[in-house]
Amino acid sequence: MRLHLLALLAKEPAHGYELKQALELTFGAAYPSPNIGQIYVTLARLEKDGLVRAVDVEQSNRPNKKVYYLTAKGRETLTAWVEEPTEGPRVRDEFYMKLILAPLTGIADRMVLIGRQRRHYLVLMRELNELCESTDPANRVALLLIEGAMLHLQADLDWLQRCQEELL
Amino acid sequence: MTLKAHNLVKIYSNTGVPVHAVRGIDLEVDDGEFVAIMGPSGSGKSTLIHMLGGLDVRTSGEIWLDGKRVDSLTESAWAVLRRRKIGFVFQGFNLVANMTVADNVELPALLAGVSPREARERREFLLERLTLTDRATASPGRLSGGEQQRVALARALANQPSLLLADEPTGNLDSRNTRDVLRLLGEVHRDGQTIVMVTHDARVAALADRVISLLDGEIIDDGRIPRRRSATGTAGEVIDLR
Repeated sequence: MRLHLLALLAKEPAHGYELKQALELTFGAAYPSPNIGQIYVTLARLEKDGLVRAVDVEQSNRPNKKVYYLTAKGRETLTAWVEEPTEGPRVRDEFYMKLILAPLTGIADRMVLIGRQRRHYLVLMRELNELCESTDPANRVALLLIEGAMLHLQADLDWLQRCQEELL
Repeated sequence: MTLKAHNLVKIYSNTGVPVHAVRGIDLEVDDGEFVAIMGPSGSGKSTLIHMLGGLDVRTSGEIWLDGKRVDSLTESAWAVLRRRKIGFVFQGFNLVANMTVADNVELPALLAGVSPREARERREFLLERLTLTDRATASPGRLSGGEQQRVALARALANQPSLLLADEPTGNLDSRNTRDVLRLLGEVHRDGQTIVMVTHDARVAALADRVISLLDGEIIDDGRIPRRRSATGTAGEVIDLR
């Protein structure tokens, strides 16, 4: 979450709660709603590393609030993040390790493993369908995130089928 | 409608060398159940679904619909049965080229003896749900693959069949159109129609109660897709799992 917060602060200085709201507004239900405590802890670490700085802003009849802004070092870190290529989705699949190794030990049968895994993926897909249905059609950012997850899941299922064809 | 197949076999021998497309399938589908059939190409999925709808003759074995044995019915008896109780979505759509979209969808209802008014209302409802209303007067040849596919689904549902059989009904759809189809299938399922569907599309398969996997003409896995307790707790977790 460090870099996500830096990106939001590059747009404008903000306090912790505003950052939480900005994340929720942008990604809708498709992004796990960040815990406010987690945001404050992350901001404190970013401050310690010199990537953000905080100023106290006085509020009438309320305690001061801390507004964070990006430092030059923070901007550099953010730029490096944006410019470096991003890792693709997992290639070393945990299920694949199970599928290959478990039958060698006699603990499991490949056909059973694949069948169970397929149904598990379909459970996840059903939940994505429901998430898609309950997401505001105007929130394209969230819908694209969901669609991306669906496409990954479809690829996982297709691959499972390839494993089944080749290994059984 | 309940469906039962017992030791169903299909051997094609038109090229001289017999090909075992389906090798002894046993299957029971409860009334109102939605079953997805998955498997690689050549695994016998299409042959199986065609046999279940009487569109391909079985080599041996039994098929029972609502407790009646149907595998030995004549072609015309099958045609009557389909008209009254079965909707079929073909992979190649099979729309009537010289009729409008509207007529294609109304035809099965009219053949089944529904009044023209009811047939029209049902057609309007289905085309609206599949965002095809503005294509009603077009001929199928002028439609995109995705549009033809949705017309084929509308036609299959025109009679509110107690059994819907479908062979890859979303193969040509983009994600927005798939969403319309998913919504409609979900409703049809909730209304209690029995559905057996061949699909490689996980979005569609995920609507099913049960998934069957075929490989080399045999069922190698058959199990329910479990429902988890409140999936919507924090929706983001679904994606976070990835």
